[in-house]
Amino acid sequence: MSDTTAHEEPELIQLLTPEGELTGHPDYPLDISAEEVRALYRDLVLVRRVDSEAVSLQRQGELGLWASLLGQEAAQIGSGRALRDNDMAFPSYREHGVAWCRGIAPKELLGMFRGVTNGGWDPHALGFHLYTIVIGSQALHATGYAMGVQRDGAVGGENGTAVISYFGDGATSQGDTNEAFNFAAVNNAPVVFFCQNNQWAISEPLERQARVPIYRRAAGFGFPGLRVDGNDVLACLAVTRAALDNAREGNGPTLIEAFTYRMGAHTTNDDPTRYREAAELDEWKAKDPILRVRRYLEKNGLADEEFFASVDAEADKLGEQVRTECRSLPDPEPLDIFHEVYAEPNTHIDQQRAEFADYLSSFEGVGAEGGR
Amino acid sequence: MGTNLTIGKAINAGLRAAMEHDPKVLVMGEDVGKLGGVFRVTDGLYKDFGADRVIDTPLAESGIVGTAIGMALRGYRPVVEIQFDGFFFPATNQTFTQLAKMRRRSAGKLSVPVVMRIPYGGGIGAVEHHSESPEAYFLHTAGLRVVTVANPEDAYWMIQQAIRSEDPVVFLEPKRRYYEKAEVDTEAPIAEATPMGVARVARPGTDVTLLAYGPMVKTALQAAEADTDHSIEVIDLRSLSPVDYTTVFESVRKTGRLVVTHEATLTGGPGAEIAARVTEECFYHLESPVIRVAAFDTPYPQSRLEEHYLPDLDRVLDGVDRAFAY
Repeated sequence: MSDTTAHEEPELIQLLTPEGELTGHPDYPLDISAEEVRALYRDLVLVRRVDSEAVSLQRQGELGLWASLLGQEAAQIGSGRALRDNDMAFPSYREHGVAWCRGIAPKELLGMFRGVTNGGWDPHALGFHLYTIVIGSQALHATGYAMGVQRDGAVGGENGTAVISYFGDGATSQGDTNEAFNFAAVNNAPVVFFCQNNQWAISEPLERQARVPIYRRAAGFGFPGLRVDGNDVLACLAVTRAALDNAREGNGPTLIEAFTYRMGAHTTNDDPTRYREAAELDEWKAKDPILRVRRYLEKNGLADEEFFASVDAEADKLGEQVRTECRSLPDPEPLDIFHEVYAEPNTHIDQQRAEFADYLSSFEGVGAEGGR
Repeated sequence: MGTNLTIGKAINAGLRAAMEHDPKVLVMGEDVGKLGGVFRVTDGLYKDFGADRVIDTPLAESGIVGTAIGMALRGYRPVVEIQFDGFFFPATNQTFTQLAKMRRRSAGKLSVPVVMRIPYGGGIGAVEHHSESPEAYFLHTAGLRVVTVANPEDAYWMIQQAIRSEDPVVFLEPKRRYYEKAEVDTEAPIAEATPMGVARVARPGTDVTLLAYGPMVKTALQAAEADTDHSIEVIDLRSLSPVDYTTVFESVRKTGRLVVTHEATLTGGPGAEIAARVTEECFYHLESPVIRVAAFDTPYPQSRLEEHYLPDLDRVLDGVDRAFAY
């Protein structure tokens, strides 16, 4: 029996320590300007604000549910900012930070959790597929999409297209995720598997999901796997950029395990106090993904108080905008139920729509107190 | 000028025509390449279209359907072969939660024109999981179209129509009829072919409507021939979702009796839904209840028992007789 366990920590790829020291990494040199780091800081703060506003909106009854990304901002912004316009991302349902990077307006995400759409954005236009809720399903879509990219001749050279699939540690138990690894390997598909290992699949800790560290899974399928500090936005950016470039140049898939922590509940319906210790959260708070970037900027004199205040003010304004937009999202019309089930005319749906429309119209002119 | 084709060869010719017509059409599945599929339905396509368009996949049905969805999202039109009916089940998640719902989920911004070919049904003396009729699962899933063929003409044209459809199509192939032969005019324009969603009156009659599809159409026609007491109108349904109720109602209003037969199990089978709809829409024309002749509500039995399990000529005739007992 192997003596390795999922808890045994190999050295994480890290460029920026929790204390804000830029150590760099010999395998992942990152040439980044102060302005770019400030931009990443802004991204991190703004998506955290969108997220906290959404949690509040759920508490106020404006959203049915919200899946918080608290603690995972660096993994999402770092990998999201590594993507190019013509790359394609296949998210799970917690990738609000990646959505931000792809230009998805926060209200589009809220619309889904409010129940007015199932995902209203245009995946093709923005290079960001719809949220996928059945765990692991999207890993196969990403792989198939990447096989299509190969057939378009859009792989090879630095202008190639790369595909990224997001999922969590729980998804590594799914057959679909493992089938995706295998299909990608066999086809040498230009896809990056980005696993945010946030240590918890709702109430089940990592050791209930995996016996060996997740990144090592890749070796068995025949492609590289890496473990990166998921709370280090610079490391996530550098590692994802390298993996995407590798894919776009025709060198096949990579599995990135972003080692991070779900600081909030699984969703607004969850109560993590039932299954995990508060001390664990405190330990991870010290590794906060935003704090370390702020420390780095402050220590090196790359941003002043005015900058931090302006980002906070922008966050306040964004928060207000998110609240207003959420409350003004219109409910869909009842007959929307029948829209876009099929591309082509369908007699069953057509008849049911007509009958339901007649039924609804039978209430016209009936007062609020009256029945039919 | 017709070509004499079996159902299997007609699907093969239809796939070839579709691949020649549209370079985005791909074939993928287990053993579909050099081998040409276990039933040889993709025979010769690998040689002529190459490994990029005729893809031998790893042995994983969920992976096949899931990656087909991804390729469709990239603009391709994958035709997936599921090797046998009983092997569809590992792909249920991708089919029911993803393939069927993608258009609706995206409010019409995404199309996933995937065709899933499945050899189905019994009667070939196979081992377990090789003789199933899973169509009811598909009918119960909004977003899928479901069709099946009973003759080479339909096999040739409907596979091409299915591939051109923007909706995902489950294309059920009656495996025990793969070797049925007929003339097919492969030179005719596709626009002249009967549309995929339309039922066909396979044999006109006046006393009772006998509705069948796929492998049971041949049995139904034999029943109509054998029954010298009644004039049986045989309808080949062709499309199981949606059902062409216009044709069905017209026939039942004329004959006043309906017998539905299928290899799928009785309870919750397609016949149950058709019986309910016909009762709603043709109530005052019915001379008897709608009769169903289907497989029993048991797992598919050992092959030495399948002749008792599958509805055959005698059981169909018995069903017709029951319709005249009222």
